[in-house]
Amino acid sequence: MRKLTKALLGATTALTISTAMPAVSQAAELTLCWAAWDPANALVELSKDFTAQTGTEMKFEFVPWPNFADRILNELNSGGKLCDLLIGDSQWLGGSAENGYYVKLNDFFDKEGIKMSDFAEAAVNAYATWPKGTPNYWALPAMGDANAWFYRKDWFAKPELQAEFKKQTGRDLAIPTTWPELIETAKFFNGKEIDGKKVYGAAIFTERASEGITMGVTQALYANGFKYEKTAGKYDMDGAVNSPDAVKGLEEYKELYKCCTPPGYTDAYMGETLDAFKSGQAAMAMNWFAFFPGLYKDENVGGDKIGFFVNPKGTTAASTLGGQGISVVANTDNMDGALAYIKWFAQPDVQKKWWSLGGYAVHNAVLNDPSFKDSQPFAADFLVAMNQVQDFWQEPSYAILLQAMQKRMHDYVVADQGTAQEALDGLVKDWAEIFGDEGKL
Amino acid sequence: MTDTNTTIMDKATERMVHATPMSLARRVRGLSDRAIAWLFIAPTILLLLAINIFPLIWAVRLSFTNYRANRPNAVVEGVGLTNYQRVLNDPDIWIAMQTTAHFVFWTIILQTLIGFSLAYLIDRKFKGHAFWTTVILIPMMLSPAVVGNFWRFLYQPQIGLFNYIVSYATGVPPSSFEMLGAVSLAPWSIIIVDTWMWTPYVMLICLAGLRSIPDYIYEAAEVDRASAWRQFWSITIPMALPFIMLAVLFRGIENFKMFDMVMLLTGGGPGSTTEVASITLKREAFESWRTGRASSFAIILFVAVFGLANIYVKALNKVKQR
Amino acid sequence: MSNATTAHSVVEPSSTSKRIAGFIVILYAVITMVPLAWIFLTSIKSPPDSISYPPKIVFQPTLEGYCNLFTTRTRQTPEYIQSLGPPTSTCDEITRSRNMVIAGPSNYWPRFTNSMVIAFGSTFLAVFLGTLAAYGFSRFRVPLADDLLFFILSTRMMPPIAVAIPIYLMYRELGLSDTALGMILLYTAVNVSLAVWLLKGFIDEIPREYEEAAMIDGYTRLQAFRKVVLPQATTGIAATAIFCLIFAWNEYAFAVLLTSGTAQTAPPFIPTIIGEGGMDWPAVAAGTTIFLVPILVFTILLRKQLLRGITFGAVRK
Repeated sequence: MRKLTKALLGATTALTISTAMPAVSQAAELTLCWAAWDPANALVELSKDFTAQTGTEMKFEFVPWPNFADRILNELNSGGKLCDLLIGDSQWLGGSAENGYYVKLNDFFDKEGIKMSDFAEAAVNAYATWPKGTPNYWALPAMGDANAWFYRKDWFAKPELQAEFKKQTGRDLAIPTTWPELIETAKFFNGKEIDGKKVYGAAIFTERASEGITMGVTQALYANGFKYEKTAGKYDMDGAVNSPDAVKGLEEYKELYKCCTPPGYTDAYMGETLDAFKSGQAAMAMNWFAFFPGLYKDENVGGDKIGFFVNPKGTTAASTLGGQGISVVANTDNMDGALAYIKWFAQPDVQKKWWSLGGYAVHNAVLNDPSFKDSQPFAADFLVAMNQVQDFWQEPSYAILLQAMQKRMHDYVVADQGTAQEALDGLVKDWAEIFGDEGKL
Repeated sequence: MTDTNTTIMDKATERMVHATPMSLARRVRGLSDRAIAWLFIAPTILLLLAINIFPLIWAVRLSFTNYRANRPNAVVEGVGLTNYQRVLNDPDIWIAMQTTAHFVFWTIILQTLIGFSLAYLIDRKFKGHAFWTTVILIPMMLSPAVVGNFWRFLYQPQIGLFNYIVSYATGVPPSSFEMLGAVSLAPWSIIIVDTWMWTPYVMLICLAGLRSIPDYIYEAAEVDRASAWRQFWSITIPMALPFIMLAVLFRGIENFKMFDMVMLLTGGGPGSTTEVASITLKREAFESWRTGRASSFAIILFVAVFGLANIYVKALNKVKQR
Repeated sequence: MSNATTAHSVVEPSSTSKRIAGFIVILYAVITMVPLAWIFLTSIKSPPDSISYPPKIVFQPTLEGYCNLFTTRTRQTPEYIQSLGPPTSTCDEITRSRNMVIAGPSNYWPRFTNSMVIAFGSTFLAVFLGTLAAYGFSRFRVPLADDLLFFILSTRMMPPIAVAIPIYLMYRELGLSDTALGMILLYTAVNVSLAVWLLKGFIDEIPREYEEAAMIDGYTRLQAFRKVVLPQATTGIAATAIFCLIFAWNEYAFAVLLTSGTAQTAPPFIPTIIGEGGMDWPAVAAGTTIFLVPILVFTILLRKQLLRGITFGAVRK
């Protein structure tokens, strides 16, 4: 006993001392923080070139999406020094700019001759500027993204299913172009036996903790003409957020959830959606473009078996915006190294390689290349989607606004409480209170 | 073991005492008992003041302001009792309190029933009972967060072991119910995991209670020809009651604070059906970053748990005195 | 527990009742072990086996979960993989068979080391400070001792999230956010209350006459404490230490709120292990298994002290 205790004590003291010593930080080292997902692996691959050129070691801190905002915003707020570079969500720009968490990049861009006009305009506005649309840059657009759909092309091509679908609906079995068609198609597939396995209509986002269900519901809301305000910048949400169109969109999303999602689908985001599709459970699924290169390469459901489509229309064509810009964290100990990385990343050649590895570059050199549309089966859809994106509130208080929406949407769609009208009325009330606290109402 | 060690140590120290230079020994001897007492106690008190009391006072102060930890540059204003009013009038917070109460109530009922029964059975002293007691204890030693996270997998419809076992036992198809997703089942999913983890704890305290009952009381009852049933209700239960109540107190406080296991298992969902008070507080403080308002909620929670515990301790003392 | 020789509640249970009792208890024990066994089994399954329906009980064991736990991987074309030399390790081979290559180590090991440093460091400090304070409270008349003790213990009643709010702000000011030192201090502060309470009980049990005799023999008070009291209190100290260790090892709420990377411990990290796309359950199970092993070993090695600690703590209150 005594010996054991002594040995333990010795070991712990040694360990404690060794870590309590300030880590001798190597100047030639950068930590980049991002979400843990397919494009992050591509970035690791891409960054090997940067290390080869500059000798700077790259370290990565990838956090899964459900914890990403929570943990990285916590890190920024606590003044931590974990990240030198951060690929953060578009909605964080407001808060991070106002609190001085990010370095303002205008001077650096001017000095290095990096022109924002070289990047797609929508992407610059969404991923780099605060206040929105003004030439104040807090990030370099790193990754364009939107929420879109994919489906089992091989199932859609089965003659017996095509015939049955035609008989039932009078239409050809094809990519749905409107939300009602989407629901109809999902209902058609739901519960069918295909290749000896029971399948389900559509895998959609229902996650509660972070942003999942909001990112899913807004696909239906935006397409039905949902607006945050009646007049932009006035915060007059009553009549916009809870308009009859918005109610219809929300009801459609719930109908899709109720009729056609795989079992156990009450808290699903990117990973669960991919799992449902890859395991052959879902005929259709929504997810970010970011995953499409990986899906296309999948051994089981990729290649000929998969097709992609942009969010179907309602009264209008719209897609939910994803994507991020890369920022320098003001607290970094290696400012020069971090800026050098941004400079390197902005080069057209690097951007081209970024796209070829599976990252969605939004540099015009990539997008305007005539071969871009055919470079991947989803490239053309990407261009369409990026031209019709809408984003959530980008206010500094976006986290509270998002949380209120997560709760209202999950309570209505998944927990089956109240009506769509009540959910959206409640949301207007929550948001009005938040803006009231800010003195904006 | 300790005894032999002490004798060896004694001899060794004797030698050391003689080897110590006299001046040093005298100086150390010079420390008065009073000085030693403070020298021994002060570091602990200082640490607690720095990491418990000072922050608590800070939190009280913050609870009267509109401070937000993610807006370091914003002006902080005093808002009086507004935060407290808003928290107490917030229907969502009352729903969270009810959810917590439901969770605390059912975990206590189940854990006490199962825990006491187990303790009673183990007290039959069957062969190998010491070994099996240790085995039963294992779940309570494990991290609720890490194990709770894995229960998420066990609860998956179709692929999860839990649904499959239930299906095997009852014949319902394993994908026909969703422990984590269904509004009616989710509260029970967290109760099951908590019961799995913490029944051993209640069992252990009950066992201590059963073993504290002296033999002669039972022997006297035997002489009086009291039936086993009668002995159980008039000796075992009343004598073990203070212990059972203690176990209830500990589990009650712990589950009132419950955060990690529920956070990882359901995250408060579906909707808000398993959102216990700590999760609401976490969202308010570290996702909405309404620090002032969250502080007032934290203080209300603290006062509530402290008050309830004190009332309970009074009741416990009455039982003990009987 | 097994050394309790005195009281038992029934004069002598019949052998039938013993057998029935034994059967039920063993059945319960086996049932509660099923989830743990499943964690281990999942850790040696391949990802497709882990999510197969119905759940597989017979399968081909593989180290893939452990490989995935300790590495990060990138997807490559089969042509590229064929162009590489022969695999350098078992993990390399397994990874390549999934059309991926190992890109580097994962963060699991650094997080596990953080857990070790923080848990052992804070346990050592809490027991050290707790022993001193417990001795102080036990042997000397300290003004307001009862109030102080009650206050020390009541700090454990606060919900961790409530405590975390001001700590978060304080650590931000002091630069202790996401540092091992900050976590060690915090866990020590939480544990020291329990340590003082438990240890005071153990030290109260040691007769004062021992020290007094030693002091008459020429020991100073400090020497008497070190040479007489400490050896007698070893069991109590071990029991206290294992409690502190279990708390610090398993703690999640503070860790998830106050650390983000550098000092992050394993509990907030393990739930964030994901594979390509969805959850990589074998890797999660592997991480969980490795994380649970130290506590299982301690529980089994120190079970007597542990049992004594739990019942002792309860009886005293």
